[in-house]
Amino acid sequence: MKRQGGWGAFLAVNGALFIMVLLWTLPTLGLFISSFRPREEILATGWWTVFPHKEWVTTEEMRAKDLNLDTTGEMTIAGVTGTFKEFREGVETEDGARVKWIGNRRLGRIVVQEYKWTVNWNFTLQNYKEVLLGKEIEIKKPDGSVEVIPGENFVGSFLNSVAVAIPSTVIPILIAAFAAYGFAWMQFSGKRMFFIIIVALLVVPLQIALVPILRDYARLQINGTFLAVWLAHTGFGLPLAVYLLFNYISTLPRETLESAFIDGASHFTVFTRLVLPLSVPVLASFAIFQFLWVWNDYLVALIFLGSNQENQVLTMHLANLVGSRGNDWHLLTAGAFVTMILPLVIFFSLQRYFVRGLLAGSVKG
Amino acid sequence: MNLFDQRPGADLNPGKRIALLLLRILLMVVMPLIAFAALYAGFMFLRAGHAPKWVITLAAVVWGVGGVAALYWIFNWILEQLPDVWGSRLLPFLFVGPALAILTWYLALPVVRTFYISLFNKNGPAPENFVGLANYVAVFTDRLMREAFRNNIFFWILIGAPLTVGFGLVVAVLADRSRFERSAKALVFLPMAISFVGAGVIWNFVYEARPIEFPQIGLLNAVVVALGGQPRAWPAYTEIAPFNNVFLVVILVWLQVGFAMVIFSAAIKGIPDELIEAARVDGAGEMQIFFKIMLPYIGSTIITVTTTIIIFTLKVFDVVWVMTGGQYGTEVIATQFYRQSFVARNAGYGSAIAIVLLVAVIPVMIYNLSQFREQRGFK
Repeated sequence: MKRQGGWGAFLAVNGALFIMVLLWTLPTLGLFISSFRPREEILATGWWTVFPHKEWVTTEEMRAKDLNLDTTGEMTIAGVTGTFKEFREGVETEDGARVKWIGNRRLGRIVVQEYKWTVNWNFTLQNYKEVLLGKEIEIKKPDGSVEVIPGENFVGSFLNSVAVAIPSTVIPILIAAFAAYGFAWMQFSGKRMFFIIIVALLVVPLQIALVPILRDYARLQINGTFLAVWLAHTGFGLPLAVYLLFNYISTLPRETLESAFIDGASHFTVFTRLVLPLSVPVLASFAIFQFLWVWNDYLVALIFLGSNQENQVLTMHLANLVGSRGNDWHLLTAGAFVTMILPLVIFFSLQRYFVRGLLAGSVKG
Repeated sequence: MNLFDQRPGADLNPGKRIALLLLRILLMVVMPLIAFAALYAGFMFLRAGHAPKWVITLAAVVWGVGGVAALYWIFNWILEQLPDVWGSRLLPFLFVGPALAILTWYLALPVVRTFYISLFNKNGPAPENFVGLANYVAVFTDRLMREAFRNNIFFWILIGAPLTVGFGLVVAVLADRSRFERSAKALVFLPMAISFVGAGVIWNFVYEARPIEFPQIGLLNAVVVALGGQPRAWPAYTEIAPFNNVFLVVILVWLQVGFAMVIFSAAIKGIPDELIEAARVDGAGEMQIFFKIMLPYIGSTIITVTTTIIIFTLKVFDVVWVMTGGQYGTEVIATQFYRQSFVARNAGYGSAIAIVLLVAVIPVMIYNLSQFREQRGFK
């Protein structure tokens, strides 16, 4: 169906698609570009000015007091005449340039500007340095003074996110794989009822568990530890994991497993040597889903790690930054990109598993 | 792995047999104890957190992942030491037990416990704090909760879900006819990789407003000003309340369209080519093909996707919490739940909200169960 219709149809379809894709891409692109722009420029001009556009570009600059002007009446600067008020608005010369007075009468500057095509290509890695290193950063201002800006330690939060996300992905997979194997290939009483309960728990919203579990954690004194979050993510991810892995493991060829049993292999051996390697596709799909879920999670981390600043993960750190430094766009854009970098790498390198995993996980409660 | 593979035979004298049995029992007790001691030491090391961050991270990963694997291995080893009858009877519970125990602790029991807590006031479960269903009455009558229900139902579900499904369908159909299908779909799907908090920052930047005399740095307000309008901090612009909620719903739509699109795309590819060719031969236009063939063919997929998105929107939290904190009339059920349970420390009230959320998804739960029963499932 790819080449239906003529040029008109081709343009209509691809044009509409292009607009949709543009709308979906621009917000992220703006963040990405801004994260590399210097602090003052982010606040002064839109990020889209990195693309070619027409604007007033200063070609000449002079100091008002050097010119010895009488600012009360009409003045002639750079070949044009006007009052102070007119110069403040900008006075155009005959060849299309404009002369503009910036600042007050005595100490202001006078600039000659031309309206022409330009790009604001002034990029920097300073934002990432400030966001990642967590040190106080000294910035030398043009007038010689030094401004000290406290940095943000996103490296620490990144490591915390890793420490939370990897076990929170592997532990539920391991436990669920054992359980899925048990449900698929072992006989025990209550099997059907247990599995029905797991299916029912698939859509239970995790909000239901937060209050009681937080109380248990307080009693066990593990609030704010990694262990607390691992267990929580394991609990909330298990129904989906068992369900998905069961659907896969129960369809493995019966003969393969039976011949292994005849050779005297135990369930444990069959599981670790045969079933796990055979299940790699479904394990990978679920792993990517669960990893992203945990990496991007805010609520669970907020509740179980919120009491311990040391262990805060990236999403918490970024959310705190929004609250405390909501106008420091150079930090917010760089910080947001740091939180996104790992998911994006996974997205681009493992796209097939990524899509499959997210689709499979869409029913999660 | 079995240390005692040879069954105690007649060639062993009774003394040796007893000694062997005792050794076996001793090992069965000692091995788990050593394991638990090692795990506990690891936990204390992690909690103390004196080491550099990357060491702690590495230790945490090894401890967490390795610990669980080791526990399975040890308990399997113990079962293999037991007489065969006992071993094979207990083995299924080694495989299934941990999952069932965790599920019971983290999901099944909390349903009951949360309901129980919801019957008490903010001072917690004690006879004198019992308030019956008063929390539920409050849930349905409080001003902020009514606002939350209104936002969840009218904005997040009735506007957000159709927009997501609609855009997803449009992109899927367009991409199916374009030679740029792969890259277009990848770019629309990309926001699915971004957290709600990250998306909040991205859209805060899109909505950023500066006084009209300065150049706008937010994309939306730049467009608005270029068209002659006034710059506004849109999600906080209460003069258009409650429609400022739409600016938050847009973020969810942006994130979720990729999900809808991928599923619709697969469904559309499942429509037999002959069917569409036949319609074309009969003179059907593109619009007719879309509405009379495609839509009915993928109808059940649309319902599934819509249900999934509705469940998702019902629990939306992060994006509101980060963007507005529930101010400016943007409260939703999940932010109210968080506020009541963990900020106002009124666990009874918060638990009642959680139960309401649970009740809302029960129809889906029943549907899932009936689907499961239809499947072959179990022998």
